[in-house]
Amino acid sequence: MDEEVTTESRKETEVAPALIAVHPTGHHIAVAVGPELRIFNLLNNSAVSLHDDSISGDNHFHKDNIRAIRFGAKGKLFVSAGDDKTLKIWSAESWHCILTVSSEKRVTAVAISNDGLYVCFADKFGLVWVVDLNQTSIDKKPTPLLSHYCSIITSLEFSPDNRFIISADRDFKIRVTNFPKNPLNGAHEIQSFCLGHTEFVSCLAFVPAQESPHSLLLSGSGDSTVRLWDISSGALLDTCEVAVKAGLLESNDNTEEHGHAVTDLCTTLDGLLVAVAIQSLRGIVLLSYNVSAQTLSVAKVVSIAGDTFVPTCLANSPPTRELWMVTGVSSLPGYDYPSLARVLVISGIDADQEPVVLGDDKIPGGVKLLETLQGTAAVDDNAFSVAAEAVKAAMCNLLIKKQYPFENREYRKKTRNDRKLKE
Amino acid sequence: MPETGINSTFSKSTGLPRKRFYRARAHSNPLSDSHFPVPLSPSHVDYSLHYPHFFPSSDQADSSKKIKFADIGCGFGGLLISLSTLFPETLMIGMELRDKVSEYVKERILSLRVANPGQYQNISVVRTNSMKYIPNHFEKAQLSKMFFLFPDPHFKEKNHRRRVISPFLLDEYAFVLEVGGIIYTITDVEELGDWMKTCLENHPLFEPLTEKELETDPAVKLLSSATEEGQKVARNDGQTFQAVYRRIAASDQIS
Repeated sequence: MDEEVTTESRKETEVAPALIAVHPTGHHIAVAVGPELRIFNLLNNSAVSLHDDSISGDNHFHKDNIRAIRFGAKGKLFVSAGDDKTLKIWSAESWHCILTVSSEKRVTAVAISNDGLYVCFADKFGLVWVVDLNQTSIDKKPTPLLSHYCSIITSLEFSPDNRFIISADRDFKIRVTNFPKNPLNGAHEIQSFCLGHTEFVSCLAFVPAQESPHSLLLSGSGDSTVRLWDISSGALLDTCEVAVKAGLLESNDNTEEHGHAVTDLCTTLDGLLVAVAIQSLRGIVLLSYNVSAQTLSVAKVVSIAGDTFVPTCLANSPPTRELWMVTGVSSLPGYDYPSLARVLVISGIDADQEPVVLGDDKIPGGVKLLETLQGTAAVDDNAFSVAAEAVKAAMCNLLIKKQYPFENREYRKKTRNDRKLKE
Repeated sequence: MPETGINSTFSKSTGLPRKRFYRARAHSNPLSDSHFPVPLSPSHVDYSLHYPHFFPSSDQADSSKKIKFADIGCGFGGLLISLSTLFPETLMIGMELRDKVSEYVKERILSLRVANPGQYQNISVVRTNSMKYIPNHFEKAQLSKMFFLFPDPHFKEKNHRRRVISPFLLDEYAFVLEVGGIIYTITDVEELGDWMKTCLENHPLFEPLTEKELETDPAVKLLSSATEEGQKVARNDGQTFQAVYRRIAASDQIS
C-alpha cells in the first residue's frame, strides 16, 4: 500500500500549472500549458505561429512541461523553459526561435536582464546560469553564475536598476547578488539575504520605483504571507498575512497547514496595488501598498463567482490596467483533455476604480483569443476544481520538506549509546 | 554493556564525556534534508543559550557582542577548546552536522566550564548543515575567522559538489566574513589540498597571506596540532596541506 501512495504522488508531482505572460505593450498574450506554448496577437486579433528552424512540423517546441515563461522588459525577447531541460529564446517580433540552450537539469525559473543582454535561468539543483546574448559565437553555452546549495530555486528576478539579481528558494531564503559587469566570471558578491519566511518562497515582484533610493521587493510564500523587503540591507519591512486577512484562515488554525500558499504576485504600474494569488482562493486578493509607511494591507478580495477559478499565474498589462489570469494544468490523469487552461481578465486594476471580472464576451480578443489560449472556447468547470487540487498537491510534494514524526526519528536513534545510558 | 550509573558516559577521573559513547560515522551526507532547528535569521540566534556567562538573560538588548569565529565541521571540538583560552574574550562557535559528535562537543564544553570556573565561556557548538544554513547564523561581515580543518575529501568527481570548500560556497563565506577576515583550511589529502587552494586562488574576494603573516598568526600553529584529526596525522607522520586566505574588498572589475 505504501508503494501505491508513492507512485500516485509521483504522478502528481509531474503536473505543471498553466502560466501566463503579457508583453510590456499589452499587444501579445502568452500562455503555457504542459509542453504547449500559445501566443495571441491582440493587434491583428490572431493566433501567432511560432517558428523554430531546428524543429520542423508541429507545435511541440518543448518536449515536456514548460515551467517558466517571460517577456523581456523591452519587449523584444520572450523566453520559455521547463522540464525538457531546454531554454528557448524567441524574438517577440518575428516569433522565430533565436536560440535554444540546453541545460543539464530541469529549468525552474528564468529572467532577462533589463538591458536585454543576458538571459539567466535556474535549474532544479540550485544553480543559476547566464547566457550572453551579445556573444557572436554560434555555440552559446550557458555559464554558471551563482548557486544555492542544492535547493530548488523557485523564482529569479532582476532589480529594476539591473544592479542585482534576486533568487528565491525552497529553503525559505531570498538571495540578493550584485549582477557584475562581466557575469560570465560568476556573481560572487552577495548584497544581502532576505530571511523571515517560514516556508518555501514561491514568487518575487518588485515595487516599481517611487523615487525611493532603494528598490523594494515583494515575496510570496508557502507560509501564506506576502513580505516587503529592502534588498540593499535584507531588512524585512512588513509582513502581510494575506490568508488570515482575507478570511481564508483563522490565525491560530493549523488544520490545513499548507493549503493557503501564495502562488503568484503581480504589481500595478504605479506600484500601489499588488494582486496576490492564493492556492485556496477562487479569485485574487488586492493589497494596497502605503508608500510613506512602507506597509502592506488588504484592500479587497476580488472573488470570481460561479467558477472554480483558482488562478495559477497572474500577469499585468500596464497600458490597459488589466490583470490577466490563467488557471490550468498539464495533462491531468483521468481526464480527456490533454491540458487544461482557462483565461480570465480583471479590468480596472487601479487604486481609484472598482475592479470588474470581464465575462468571456467582453474579454479583449474575444472568442478567438480564448480558442487560441485555452485550446477551446468553452471548458468543463468541474475539471478545474480537480486541476486546482492537482496543482496544489504537486506544489506541496515539490517544495514542502517532508516531516517525519518525532517518534519515528527517536526510534531510529534508539541504538545511540549516549542516549541509552542517560535515561 | 553494564550500566554503571547515571553519569557513566562521563569519565570518573576527568569529568569529561567519554568519546566511546559518542562514536559516529566519519561521513555525513550534506545533501539530505536533516531535522534540526535552524534560526530564521541571524537575529534569531539565542546567545543566552550558547554563552550564558556573557548573556545572562535571553533579552538581547545588549547584542553588541557577536560571534566572531566559526569552526565549520568542528568535529570533536579540539580547535575550539585551544582557541578558547587563546582568545578568551572572543565568542566562537563550532558547527557540526553529525548529531552525536555535536552532542559530545556540547557535553565536553559544559564539563570544561564546570572544571575550570570562568573559562571556556566563550565557546559553543551547534548542530547544523553549514553548507546550507550559514546565512541563517551570521550577518554580513560578522565573522573575522573561519576554520575548515580536515574536511571530508569526497574523492569521487560526482561528489565534488559535497565538498565544503567550493567556488560557489566561497561566495557565501565571503559574505559572512568581514574585509580582512581570514579563512583557514588544512587537510592531509593532497588532492583536496590542491582543490581548496585552487578554489581560493581563483576567487576574486580572497588573497593569500604572506609567509610572514602565516608565521605570526597564532591560529595557524593550531591548525595541525589542536584537532583530533591533526594529531592523528602527526602520529602517523603524515603530511598536511594548508591554505590560508584573507577576505578582500571587491574591486570595481567584479562589481
